[in-house]
Amino acid sequence: MSLTLLNVVLAVFIAICFVGANAAYLVWCERKGAGFYQRRPGPMENGWWGLLQPPIDGVKLMTKQLLIPGGVDKAIFMVAPVLAMFPALISFVTIPFSDNIVAHPIDVGVLVIFAFAALGGMSLLVAGWGSRNKYSMISSVRAVSQTVAYEIPLLITTITIVMISGSLNLGDIVQQQLDGFLSWNVWPLHKEVGFNLLMPVSFLILFVCSVAETNRAPFDLGEAESELVAGFHTEYSSMGFGLFFMGEYANIVIGSCLITILFLGGWSCPFGDLGIFPFTHNVGWFLLKIYLIIFVFIWIRWTFPRTTIYGLLNLSWKYLIPISLFNLLLTAGLLKVF
Amino acid sequence: MNSPASFMDAPALFSADGLLGIIFLIMIAVTLTGGFIAATAERLVRALAGIVICFTGVAGFYYFLNSPFMAMMQILIYVGAICITISFAIMLAAPERTRKTGPANLLSGPLGFIIAALVFGGMCALALRTQWEPFAKSATGTVREIGIELLTNHSMVFELISLVLLIAIIGAIVIARGGRTG
Repeated sequence: MSLTLLNVVLAVFIAICFVGANAAYLVWCERKGAGFYQRRPGPMENGWWGLLQPPIDGVKLMTKQLLIPGGVDKAIFMVAPVLAMFPALISFVTIPFSDNIVAHPIDVGVLVIFAFAALGGMSLLVAGWGSRNKYSMISSVRAVSQTVAYEIPLLITTITIVMISGSLNLGDIVQQQLDGFLSWNVWPLHKEVGFNLLMPVSFLILFVCSVAETNRAPFDLGEAESELVAGFHTEYSSMGFGLFFMGEYANIVIGSCLITILFLGGWSCPFGDLGIFPFTHNVGWFLLKIYLIIFVFIWIRWTFPRTTIYGLLNLSWKYLIPISLFNLLLTAGLLKVF
Repeated sequence: MNSPASFMDAPALFSADGLLGIIFLIMIAVTLTGGFIAATAERLVRALAGIVICFTGVAGFYYFLNSPFMAMMQILIYVGAICITISFAIMLAAPERTRKTGPANLLSGPLGFIIAALVFGGMCALALRTQWEPFAKSATGTVREIGIELLTNHSMVFELISLVLLIAIIGAIVIARGGRTG
């Protein structure tokens, strides 16, 4: 495939549309989900079942005044929302939606996602510091310590998968899980490793870490409304806040894409390739899987209460890191044996 | 063949090489701007932001030099780990409106400029006098090749990294033990 300018522009356009549409309608899903778990209908007024709510909210956000409080560190204050959104956009470049739908199948795809996720952590820090507000400061310290703590088990778990599949290319990782759902990495049955009982545990670790990395409840200590007003985005209005919001949902999509690719077989059909249309390996399965995972994200958010900061950090440093390290060693040993 | 490249040899602006050259220049500009901000900013956090920009520019160079692995590691480690650690240090240690610390001493005044000029001149002389040979592309930059190179030809570097990590661990233990009384 030749890399013409048109292709590039088209790919960028589609990526931005996908991120924007997801961000807008995931907010709708979130509100509907919240309503469902709290026995109320959620947004109902605009359009059928409130489906016109996201575009209207978008217009509202864009037409509001962008207030810049007097005391803030202006340059840094303005950079933060951009930093929240743009790494998420870049990560979409390397995510394979199907064997031929991928913008740029870079060889170190896994690293691209983690590198730019780290940049996203910078944005929380910069936003909290630039706001010159005690609550924002506390929030950004919390958010960053959380990001740092949960990045480690996330990376170790990913390295385990990378060791099994021998490639950092996300497409290659999926290619090895195409023989029906028993060949997915989440089961302890992989032929290279024999019988590794800890793989489902690794999957859970990766899942918990993605919930924590995207700062979602029950791990949303960074924006705990009851203690910190709204955390690092207290001082942001209009689209400044809108970008943080979109960045959060874009990160959720990326997190669920990563879980799907690493553990749930990406675009593979769970029954193997049967040759009849809906049961071939296609992009539909990928979307189905990521939206199922996003549904679980929403489910968890509205079911569990927020943890404490100590509970959060203890969970990572005392349980997740040792377990994921142990699984790394176990997998390395099993790879040698089998 | 050691003819100095003249301006006329430069590729056309809108050819592939020309565009690559422009990207290269942009990356140089990003790196230098970041470095300049880091060196001149009055607030520590802005200096940190400068360092982040500078590191991102350097990552761009690695990508340009056909090593995406190095580029991503540069961002992951330098921006994601080191800069965040520095920012923790700033948040925990520095008061909100800390300006430049202390009066300028000899090292940050004329002596610093002299050393910088010497280093710059030395590097320039080195770059201009060296007989540059195009290096045969040995690796495609994949992880497997980097791993093999790291454990065979460059195992010294690998060992030194472990030494650095050991020192870091010892340092952490010393600092953590120092605070305890009981």
